[in-house]
Amino acid sequence: MGMIRIISRSFPLTLLPLTARAEWTLNLSPGVTEISRSIYDLHMTIFWICVAIGCVVFGIMFWSIFHHRKSRGAKAHHFHEHTLVEVIWTLIPLGILVAMAVPATATLVKMYDPKDAGLDVQVTGYQWKWRYQYLDQDLDFFSNLATPREQVSNEQAKSENYLLEVDRHLVLPTDTKIRFLLTANDVIHSWWVPALAVKKDAIPGFINEAWTQIDEPGIYRGQCAELCGKDHGFMPIVVEAVPPEEFQQWLADAKAEKAAAAEAANRSWTLDELMQRGEQVYLSSCAACHQASGEGLPPAFPALKNSPIAVGDVGAHIDIVLNGKSGTAMQAFRDQLDPVELAAVITYERNAWGNSTGEAVSPTQIADRLGAAAEGEGN
Amino acid sequence: MAISDTTGGMDTTAGELHEEHHHGPAKGIGRWLFTTNHKDIGSLYLWFSLLMFLTGGVMALLIRAELFQPGLQLVEPGFFNQMTTMHGLIMVFGAVMPAFVGLANWMIPMMIGAPDMALPRMNNWSFWILPFAFAMLVSTLFMDGGAPNFGWTFYAPLSTTYAPPSVTYFIFAIHIMGASSIMGAINIIATILNMRAPGMTMMKLPLFVWSWLITAFLLIAVMPVLAGVVTMMLMDIHFGTSFFNAAGGGDPVLFQHVFWFFGHPEVYIMILPAFGIISQIIPTFSRKKLFGYASMVYATASIAILSFLVWAHHMFTVGLPLVGELFFMFATMLIAVPTGVKVFNWVATMFRGSLTFETPMLFAIAFVVLFTIGGFSGLMLAIAPVDFQYHDTYFVVAHFHYVLVPGAIFSIMAAVYYWLPKWTGHQLNETMGKLHFWLSFVGVNITFFPMHFIGLAGMPRRIPDYALQFADFNMVASIGAFIFGFSQLLFVWNVIQNVRSGEKATSQVWEGAEGLEWTVDSPAPYHTFSTPPKVD
Repeated sequence: MGMIRIISRSFPLTLLPLTARAEWTLNLSPGVTEISRSIYDLHMTIFWICVAIGCVVFGIMFWSIFHHRKSRGAKAHHFHEHTLVEVIWTLIPLGILVAMAVPATATLVKMYDPKDAGLDVQVTGYQWKWRYQYLDQDLDFFSNLATPREQVSNEQAKSENYLLEVDRHLVLPTDTKIRFLLTANDVIHSWWVPALAVKKDAIPGFINEAWTQIDEPGIYRGQCAELCGKDHGFMPIVVEAVPPEEFQQWLADAKAEKAAAAEAANRSWTLDELMQRGEQVYLSSCAACHQASGEGLPPAFPALKNSPIAVGDVGAHIDIVLNGKSGTAMQAFRDQLDPVELAAVITYERNAWGNSTGEAVSPTQIADRLGAAAEGEGN
Repeated sequence: MAISDTTGGMDTTAGELHEEHHHGPAKGIGRWLFTTNHKDIGSLYLWFSLLMFLTGGVMALLIRAELFQPGLQLVEPGFFNQMTTMHGLIMVFGAVMPAFVGLANWMIPMMIGAPDMALPRMNNWSFWILPFAFAMLVSTLFMDGGAPNFGWTFYAPLSTTYAPPSVTYFIFAIHIMGASSIMGAINIIATILNMRAPGMTMMKLPLFVWSWLITAFLLIAVMPVLAGVVTMMLMDIHFGTSFFNAAGGGDPVLFQHVFWFFGHPEVYIMILPAFGIISQIIPTFSRKKLFGYASMVYATASIAILSFLVWAHHMFTVGLPLVGELFFMFATMLIAVPTGVKVFNWVATMFRGSLTFETPMLFAIAFVVLFTIGGFSGLMLAIAPVDFQYHDTYFVVAHFHYVLVPGAIFSIMAAVYYWLPKWTGHQLNETMGKLHFWLSFVGVNITFFPMHFIGLAGMPRRIPDYALQFADFNMVASIGAFIFGFSQLLFVWNVIQNVRSGEKATSQVWEGAEGLEWTVDSPAPYHTFSTPPKVD
């Protein structure tokens, strides 16, 4: 597949791969929920109604074009109004619209009923990633684009799910009513998974509701649908639907993993270890703005290479990474990354691209900082 | 309608002829800077609009070139967003709207038998502030942080808290464009209501004049709302208010309500004059009176009134309450009724006519077919539950480009081809016109039809790079865009050639044409109807 794609890219008129995916490429997907299927049915109904009206109207028009042309000797008739005809062609469309409005209303009413959900997931849009919080489950993580930047810049062949792959899937149980609570941290985003027919804006300061109940296990991919800045096209959504028992297992594993990560913060880390880990974290969480080269995109996204923050006082550096900088695009990463990741990425920024401070920031240092801040808030 | 007394041109008395010699156009640049002549100002608007159309078109081609293949090839995502934003703003405010005002300036006085616009000095001013507005808007491309990059709909807080510094220039430019539009609209209303020739009653007005009268009221109603919303942005950015900032107690969704209260009528501002133009052209080349004149007027007025009641159909996914969704869904579906009436009337006008297919008629027929396709996708988008799947995808991009490009833009081209012999005194070069038409027709469909497919397949709008399953149709769309874009050079060439030379046109120009504008010489004298004609 990958090979075919590359060949078809280099020969613009080779449209062969088209036929293999015709259905998915040409039309809405019927999806995997009751709602998505009713929406698909509504879509097809209104589509065929339009096709039928089009055939009649354009048919008469083209009949006139062929038969009533001057070159065939057609003489113009003189009629220019007919009340009965005009009333009829006002009432018929009205009737069609009423007939269409009834099932549309029924589907919409169902979509607006998020009652009795078995699982609540809060979805928060960030520039340019999604955060998923399983409410009442003490599980909370960010989901970032996993496609390597080299594929975007055409230095590497593109993978099958190019731009539609993330580092952590949103895992959901099938056959369970799931309620989404949507909000945003900065600008307006919109959470959309076509196979679930869920699209709802994530708006800062507001909480929107949506729900789904997935019938079939599988991986369903979507994207942010509302322009949210530079990397709007680079914040995909991946939902992994698994049977409920498997979901419980996944939940337990995810919590255990989280505990292990907290444990790892307590051991000591060498500079090399931190640099290695830090590079991974930097590429997934920081490079979108500050660039892999550390040179940024000034003035909106300043350089880190030789910057006063990255080679200056370590306390100030930790502070800005943890708490962000208000009024700019710099987010607070205290909740996005764990102490090991925070320590690693700060260490990396202080020692990469010729920033040779030689300083290693340890995870315990970060944990202490976070602990002290939490205590401060407690008081 | 019969015209009993035609003045202007050859029929003027010797005394009036003498006067005309002294009131010809001034010489040099001063003619254009200080002109109060509706024909000069009409030409200025039209040339300006052409320049903006080409500027916005270059941006569209940059967008399509980047989207030719997956991956980033030509531009950075940040610059891509600046291109989509500027393309939209320039096409809406710089190309389509000024073109219609230019046509109104040229034709309305000649169609109603008036000597000029009612407020000629304001007319000069409403044109001449436009180049400043657009110079300011385009200059943001060279500023630190770049041009506006938040889409032509500039949703807060992306356009306020998170905007580049150039947003303030954008706000000022919008204010000037709004002032220009309001002045233009006031002028058009004053002209139509006060300066009709004796006997030219309201229900005898050519439909182009009727549709512009209704459009002008829409402009006066909604341009101040646009000015209001950008002023609220300005306050949020510079004066510490929080209209749209949730952290300060504001509401980002309020922005969208205010914007679309302007934005939806704006859509009709860009299409009602097109309806008027098509209603002039189809009867001419069908050699038959327009079918259902009165129902055309009522349908246009109904569309205008309904346009104030449907704004939130752009916002079905923001979390409106169920009742709100239902109200806006029903109101939106209702618009299909008067719009359908118009299409049926055009087809009924052609039915049993005596048709010929000169360039203006070709564009008009293409308008009816392709605008109707845009109308169909509009009807689909009105179905709120399904809109959750369509919203903010390429399906929407396909929809509004179908109503704006082969809709509004084709109607403008049809109008230019239709009235050009009257303006320049030279018959049209039909071969070039038809070549331009067919290339545009094929190009436009290759560009925008596949966008329906990639939208339904799940591609969001306003993204610089996309997943591999969208690749084939994006490539097709890009090829179409280049065909369409470059064929517009034929239009430019054709118009310039026609201005310079060509076979002498008669005052009638087209065999089946009716109306006062066809009673004056071609080219129309600098002053027409100094003495009003009498219309029976």
